[in-house]
Amino acid sequence: MLHPLTLPVTSEIIEIGEVQIEVQRCGQGAPLLLLPGEDGLEMESPFLENLAARFEVITFWPPGFGRSNRPEWVTMDDVPYLFLDVMARLGLHGVPVIGCSLGGWIAVEMATRTDARMSKLVLVDPYGIKIGGPMDRDIADIYAVHPAKLSALKWVDPTKGQRDLVNRPDDELFIIARNIESCARLCWEPYMHNPKLRRRLHRVTVPTLFVWGESDGVVTPDYGRAYAAGVAGAQFALISEAGHLPHVEQPEAFFAAVDPFLA
Amino acid sequence: MDYYYFTEMPYPHLPPHEEMKSMRLTLPNKLFDPKIGHQLLNRYLDEYCYADEMGLNLMVNEHRSSVVCIDVAAPLSLAILARQTKKGRLLVLGNSIANRDDPIRVAEEMAMVDCISGGRVECGMVRGITYEIFAANTNPTMTNERLWEAIDMVTKAWTSHEGPFNYEGRFWHRRNVNIWPRPYQQPRPRIWVTGSNDFENLKMIAEQGHVFATFVQPYDKVRQLFDHYRSHYVDNGVPGGLAYMAFVCVGETDEEAMQGADEICWYMRTKDEPQYRNVPGYVGLEFNVKALKGAYTGRTDAVRAQGLEYLRDNHILIAGTPDSVEQQIRSLYKKVGGMDHLLMMMQCGFFSHEKTMKNIRMFTEHVMPRLKDLGPCFNRPSDSQAAE
Repeated sequence: MLHPLTLPVTSEIIEIGEVQIEVQRCGQGAPLLLLPGEDGLEMESPFLENLAARFEVITFWPPGFGRSNRPEWVTMDDVPYLFLDVMARLGLHGVPVIGCSLGGWIAVEMATRTDARMSKLVLVDPYGIKIGGPMDRDIADIYAVHPAKLSALKWVDPTKGQRDLVNRPDDELFIIARNIESCARLCWEPYMHNPKLRRRLHRVTVPTLFVWGESDGVVTPDYGRAYAAGVAGAQFALISEAGHLPHVEQPEAFFAAVDPFLA
Repeated sequence: MDYYYFTEMPYPHLPPHEEMKSMRLTLPNKLFDPKIGHQLLNRYLDEYCYADEMGLNLMVNEHRSSVVCIDVAAPLSLAILARQTKKGRLLVLGNSIANRDDPIRVAEEMAMVDCISGGRVECGMVRGITYEIFAANTNPTMTNERLWEAIDMVTKAWTSHEGPFNYEGRFWHRRNVNIWPRPYQQPRPRIWVTGSNDFENLKMIAEQGHVFATFVQPYDKVRQLFDHYRSHYVDNGVPGGLAYMAFVCVGETDEEAMQGADEICWYMRTKDEPQYRNVPGYVGLEFNVKALKGAYTGRTDAVRAQGLEYLRDNHILIAGTPDSVEQQIRSLYKKVGGMDHLLMMMQCGFFSHEKTMKNIRMFTEHVMPRLKDLGPCFNRPSDSQAAE
């Protein structure tokens, strides 16, 4: 069972035109940009505490997630531009970026536009590309499977991702409910991918590490290997006893794989 | 008040309940026997024709990938009835327009059916229930917005007569809209929109003067919805109104009627999986905060769990002898503050052809004539609205 962290986190809103992006900060050290997954579980996991012990972790929330607003015209195509604008506004240069799941997809969208402000890229079970043909289900349909089956696809040990929602205040539940809604807004169709992204992967020039849960049933390690093959020189690390969120399910093994890369 | 005959055209010949995970979306269509389907579809259309002969208006609807309803394209059944019937109003409730790729196509289909039928079309435009989102792959977070933009496009297409216009909106772009034929009814057929919980949307329906319809809900909830409509109604020149759907079964004895009602209420016992009931963005965040706590499932489970007596006490079910049914309808009419259209699901599940014909006959011969004093609250489209 996950619990909200006691780690002090500050929050500010950066306005890009009419879009308000929530930026959170925690920890001390060199800045590192974290693009969380659609569930936002990073913020409640020992993963974040570990990272914040060594970096100033700066988190961007996509439109409709966290306290970011969601003007009706915003589509997935806008998100990388908005986040690159926020990086520029905050004067972030040469920062490592960790993107998880949906956040990993957004990180790749950003990097294929320009990776000039990034030093390294860590992608944790990211969505974003289409590999197979029209009849292939590259990314499990999280909207069409029974909740119990979805849990089995995402976790080796589902208890590691459980949150006590019954006892949460409604304002926090409102954010969680809105995150779920906003994910569907941005990712329903094309489902969890950009048909053009695979052909843009050559534009990623920074050192890139793909980290994958060995038992991820949403996007499989084979999907991850094909993804990594599109980025020149990318490394690929498997985390055992982990599903779609290896950084939350196995934080120690995750950092054992990622620390040498970030060093 | 106007009375509409309705069957959802079910395909009830299924494996045992416990062997099926879902009767919607995922049940393999190898279980559909085309020969049975042929018989059922023709039987249902025959029953519609009989209902028309007996003086009822007719309502069709559509669902996709579902055994509950094998009328997958309501404009098609509507077109058949336009040609095969002569009297009744033809209500499609509705066009699943938020899930259609081209609202102008819907405007054309309805205009053509209106011309074939000589102006009998009552045109429902619905957002579609959550299951339809999966069949059509519509983004679930914008179905209301799509509904209203589509209604706007259809209305413009029906009422623009001076040559083509272009349209570049949020969801659709069209470079040459100039429909031939245009509707028989002028200035346009009446539009009906459905709702059950969303009072913001209901306000829009009322302010635009469309007919509002709600289905199988306890009468106190119906009253709430109808009052909200009445307090926000704006006359747009084409009559609005209030419609409610109930299960209806008339028998010679109460026992016979309740036995039939139990068969018709097969509809309430259909089965599906939870992920299809509450798709992200379909209902507001206040419902999904409850859902996170396990207090909302996206379906009216509380009503479904109730027995026939509860359904009848709340006017979700109208069943009994002609005397009793007359009194139940009068009671409903009074409790909801008056209404215009009673939509009657008079067939479902295994309720047979013979029983369905008898239900229609009993209602039209022994109940309907006694209710002539229950006047409509809003005007009906009149013959003067037919094209010159």
